[in-house]
Amino acid sequence: MLQNYLPVAVFLGVALALGLILLGLGMLLGRGRKDAEKLSAYECGFEAFEDTRMKFDVRYYLVAILFIVFDLEIAFLFPWAVSLDALGLSGLIAMTVFFAVLVVGFIYEWKKGALEWD
Amino acid sequence: MALHLAIVLAPLAAAIIAGLFGRWIGRSGAHCVTIAAVGASFLMSVIVLLGQLEPGALPQNETVYTWLVTDGVRMEIGFLVDRLTALMMCVVTFVSLMVHVYTIGYMHEDPGYQRFFSYISLFTFAMLMLVMANNFLQLFFGWEAVGLVSYLLIGFWYTRPTAIFANMKAFLVNRVGDFGFLLGIALLLASSGSLDYATVFAKAPQIAQQTMEIAPGTTWSVMTLACILLFVGAMGKSAQMPLHVWLPDSMEGPTPISALIHAATMVTAGVFMVARMSPLFEYSETALSVVLVVGATTALLTGFIGVVQHDIKRVVAYSTLSQLGYMTAALGASAYAAGIFHLMTHAFFKALLFLAAGSVIVALHHEQDIRRMGGLRKHLPVTYWTSLVGSLALIGFPGFAGFFSKDALIEAVELAGRAGASYASFCLIAGVFVTALYSFRMFFLVFHGKERLDEDARHHLHESPLVITVPLVLLAIPSLVIGWPTIGATLFAGYFDAAIFVMPGNDVLARLGSDFHGAGGFLLHGLTGLPVLLSVAGVAAAWYLYLYRPAVPEAIATRVAVLHRLLVNKYYFDDFNEKVLARGARLTGGALWRFGDVAVIDGALVNGSARLVAWAAAIVRLSQSGYLYHYAFAMIIGLALLVYWTLGGV
Amino acid sequence: MSNELVQFLSVVAPEAIVGTGICVVLLAGLFAGDRARDATYLLSMVTLVAAAWVTGSAAPNGSLTGGAFVVDSLSVVLKMFAYAAVAAVLVYARAYLVGRRMDRSEFHLLVLFALLGIMVMVSAGSFLVMYLGLETLSLALYAMVAVERDAPMGAEAAIKYFVLGAIASGCLLYGISLIYGATGALNFTDVAAALQTTTGARPLAAAVGIGFLVVGIAFKFGAVPFHTWLPDVYQGAPACTTLFVATVPKIAAFSLALRMLGDGLDVLASDWRFLLGAVAIVSVVVGNLIAIAQTSIRRMLAYSTVGHVGFILLGFASGGAEGINAALFYTLVYIVMTMAAFGLVILLSPAGQEADAFDDLRGLNQRSPWFAFLMLLVMVSMIGVPPLAGFWAKWWVLSALLDAGQLSLAIVAVLFSVVGAFYYLRVIWLMYFEPPAMTGARMAPELDLRLLLSVNALLVLGLGVFPGNLLRLCARALGAVSG
Repeated sequence: MLQNYLPVAVFLGVALALGLILLGLGMLLGRGRKDAEKLSAYECGFEAFEDTRMKFDVRYYLVAILFIVFDLEIAFLFPWAVSLDALGLSGLIAMTVFFAVLVVGFIYEWKKGALEWD
Repeated sequence: MALHLAIVLAPLAAAIIAGLFGRWIGRSGAHCVTIAAVGASFLMSVIVLLGQLEPGALPQNETVYTWLVTDGVRMEIGFLVDRLTALMMCVVTFVSLMVHVYTIGYMHEDPGYQRFFSYISLFTFAMLMLVMANNFLQLFFGWEAVGLVSYLLIGFWYTRPTAIFANMKAFLVNRVGDFGFLLGIALLLASSGSLDYATVFAKAPQIAQQTMEIAPGTTWSVMTLACILLFVGAMGKSAQMPLHVWLPDSMEGPTPISALIHAATMVTAGVFMVARMSPLFEYSETALSVVLVVGATTALLTGFIGVVQHDIKRVVAYSTLSQLGYMTAALGASAYAAGIFHLMTHAFFKALLFLAAGSVIVALHHEQDIRRMGGLRKHLPVTYWTSLVGSLALIGFPGFAGFFSKDALIEAVELAGRAGASYASFCLIAGVFVTALYSFRMFFLVFHGKERLDEDARHHLHESPLVITVPLVLLAIPSLVIGWPTIGATLFAGYFDAAIFVMPGNDVLARLGSDFHGAGGFLLHGLTGLPVLLSVAGVAAAWYLYLYRPAVPEAIATRVAVLHRLLVNKYYFDDFNEKVLARGARLTGGALWRFGDVAVIDGALVNGSARLVAWAAAIVRLSQSGYLYHYAFAMIIGLALLVYWTLGGV
Repeated sequence: MSNELVQFLSVVAPEAIVGTGICVVLLAGLFAGDRARDATYLLSMVTLVAAAWVTGSAAPNGSLTGGAFVVDSLSVVLKMFAYAAVAAVLVYARAYLVGRRMDRSEFHLLVLFALLGIMVMVSAGSFLVMYLGLETLSLALYAMVAVERDAPMGAEAAIKYFVLGAIASGCLLYGISLIYGATGALNFTDVAAALQTTTGARPLAAAVGIGFLVVGIAFKFGAVPFHTWLPDVYQGAPACTTLFVATVPKIAAFSLALRMLGDGLDVLASDWRFLLGAVAIVSVVVGNLIAIAQTSIRRMLAYSTVGHVGFILLGFASGGAEGINAALFYTLVYIVMTMAAFGLVILLSPAGQEADAFDDLRGLNQRSPWFAFLMLLVMVSMIGVPPLAGFWAKWWVLSALLDAGQLSLAIVAVLFSVVGAFYYLRVIWLMYFEPPAMTGARMAPELDLRLLLSVNALLVLGLGVFPGNLLRLCARALGAVSG
């Protein structure tokens, strides 16, 4: 069964070898004249003005997560709406329960102030 | 089943209440609750006995709780209630009840009042567990539990060095017996694969076929070995020679205990056990001979010691030893019913004698030396008359309870055709004379003759209170009459048929029963027999030696000084134990302690391994560095190993 | 309502009740505020009682979606036990939470979430449902550890737990996918059937998958070398969280191991038995060794947990119904014992402080003889001395091992239980033979706490004297599951 993955292994081997060879060639052949600019982080043309490991405000995450929750719900709603005929009453009730839970969550985040920026 | 459970658990509950909450419920609370519980137990036991006496009543064998099943061996708590058990239950609870009541008077000044009641109730529970057991495990539990309570009670006055010595001695000697007992149970378990009585008894014929090699070249019948080992246990608990040494010393405990535990009930556990195991013992002629000889020897030799004792309780204690010997001899003659019958009558009159002795002791403010008593008849009338009844019952005076049981027992032993039977019957008959001699020696010295009291005791002398005298009277009644109605039923009418198994060839009681025509006829027959003659002679001798010519005993003692010294020193059993066994054990222990314990075990093994473990712990502990990536790394390594192993199995 | 839905609800009724309870507790915690301080506590209790009632009254046989979710005697017994344990946790935690002004509603909420996860795991009939329950449980646990957001120790413990948990969870998921690849099935019964038919060489992917599954199981139990989160979490989390983490999730872990390996992969038993045996014996050794060197009572208990977990896994490794029965018995007894031990730790923590160093136990006998006695019972039981419950737990595991012919494992296990006695005895020594430390504040715990602790610790004794009933219960629960 694992034989199927042989090409993958070959590919991995080749990639690894190629990478090593290129790096090795660079080390062997290149003449390293390093200065501060060369060693600084590549910033897409901008000047490197700050450490890349900066802290993001935790509220970004909060908003992002809340967004995902309510966004995915849409992805869930579409197929349900399309096939509601086939699902019948139990489908409707199930979705109602789902929404009830979601509403409880929404009340929670609202009341806790997660939607306020400050 | 609920009834049986209630009989057992009532005293236990009372013991717990009196023991743990004694401080809250107070003295009267403690005795009320324990007496109520034991009384209830007694009434229920009577109900059980009556139920068993119904014609056609079957033994009830029931399992209450399965504690554990391992390797097919079921360890259970259960009750086997048949006529033997029912009789024992009644005897135990009745005597216990009497002792409870009596204790109110005897211990009323003692600071350990509640503790005492808790112990005796606990004892009742343990003894009931023992007699009602339907399996060896529970038997052993009850066996050890009564031993424990006995230990606690002998050392009840734990500030007295003698009491502590005595309870230690009782404990150690019983350990020897219990060791044999446990080995016997183990042997039966190994050969039958079960702890349940019914199963083991059913396999008895097969076990009797088996043999085993103990030392190379010696083949033993498994049954003989198991029975002898069980009997070693009985020797410890029922104080047969040479394991009898603890019983006289146990008199250090309070007198109610001597009556309850060391006369009427616990010490008969061995006798009961052998009777209960009759389906096993019957298959081993050798074991029965051992039982017979040991019992008869004990009966005679300990009686002799009783003649030279001066402590009132010790005299009664030696008489207990002697009577236990009688019971044991009956067992050895396959006359189990006779042994149990004597056990029952003995329980009544011996408890009576002990309580009477206690009454005397209380009246004299804890004076126990009979040389400093005398002439108490007019001061303690109730005690006097009840003591007289007890003593007459003890010596087997015709018509008293002890007469029927002892006479039947002696005749049964005479009829037994077993090896050692003629020796045994000689011992027992000679023992009758000795019994009468020491009993009435004590009786005359205490109640008749000159008053040899000291001033202080004479001043306070008065009859004991009702709580003491009422139990005396209540015990005197059965001591007087219990033989009449019960002898025919218990011995010859097949009362124990369902409980005790006797090989047809061994059934001496059946042969005896062919001549039996009612208690009256038995009495007439007995009047002409040697034992009655001897007991009368014994009383006469006692009268002559201790009332009529008090100087004669002294003269005899000096004339045969060697013999006298032998008796006073109790055949040197104690000296042998202390000088050889105890000292040898201490020396061996000391040597082992120095070389084995201190050097090897403490030095190398314990401290060494502890140091090793501590060192290893300190090393391994370093793996818990607190760094998350170390942890993750450990997990990855673990995963790699696991996956490697799954692949390695391809 | 349609038939389908009624049937669905009848199977998941307990889960539905707990789910509803969660919503109610959540809203109550939001709006009740300080006016009704005990509202969420009471609501949680009501939820538990209702769930227990429904669980008990339903017939123990039902399944959903082709066996992906099952109700059998095992699930009923485990759920009932979980309700009782959670209720005990709530009682233990009550005074503690009040004393520290912690947000009680959040703790109650998280406990209920975790319970829901445990219930799903206990009833899982398929790998995916099992994983769903596991994640529900785990996320609740991570949050619970960090429930005191400002405590640095708690935050550190939570992040460690979370990261390591994510790795373990990933491994588990990967193992599941391997097994799915090998068999094309996710329901345990289907997987077993599929493996049954592949005669000849065993499917390699499934075997490797087992390696990954064992990682997940061992992590959930806390077995070496996947135990590293335990000490930090036990020490860093608030005592009430530790009490919960140390006890109730072990029920789920048991179900995780039994249902995935015992039900689904029974054909490959020789593989996973060996792996579990290896993990188990290392746990017994390392857990008991490191525990000796600890100076914190909680870390000591954490390593003692590792040792106990080793024994539970040894029960699995011995193979056969007897071993699994022993493992279940051990799990339940372990929960009772640990509950009592941490209950005492909670009791010893005066308001605003955490009992942690051994010093807090010093001279406990003089401050409170009864609690010292209870702790003595628990410690002696953990050593495995008869007649306490811990003895039987060890006994049956060892006897299962011996029956399986695993003599060497049994010997090592016994040796290191003896080593383990050292640190339990040290606790007893501290309580009885050392003078009390300076902080001799009089202990005056609430009545409910005192009662519960007494009952809990005496249960250790009771189960030790009468182990038969619990053992029979275990055997009955397992009888319907696997042979």
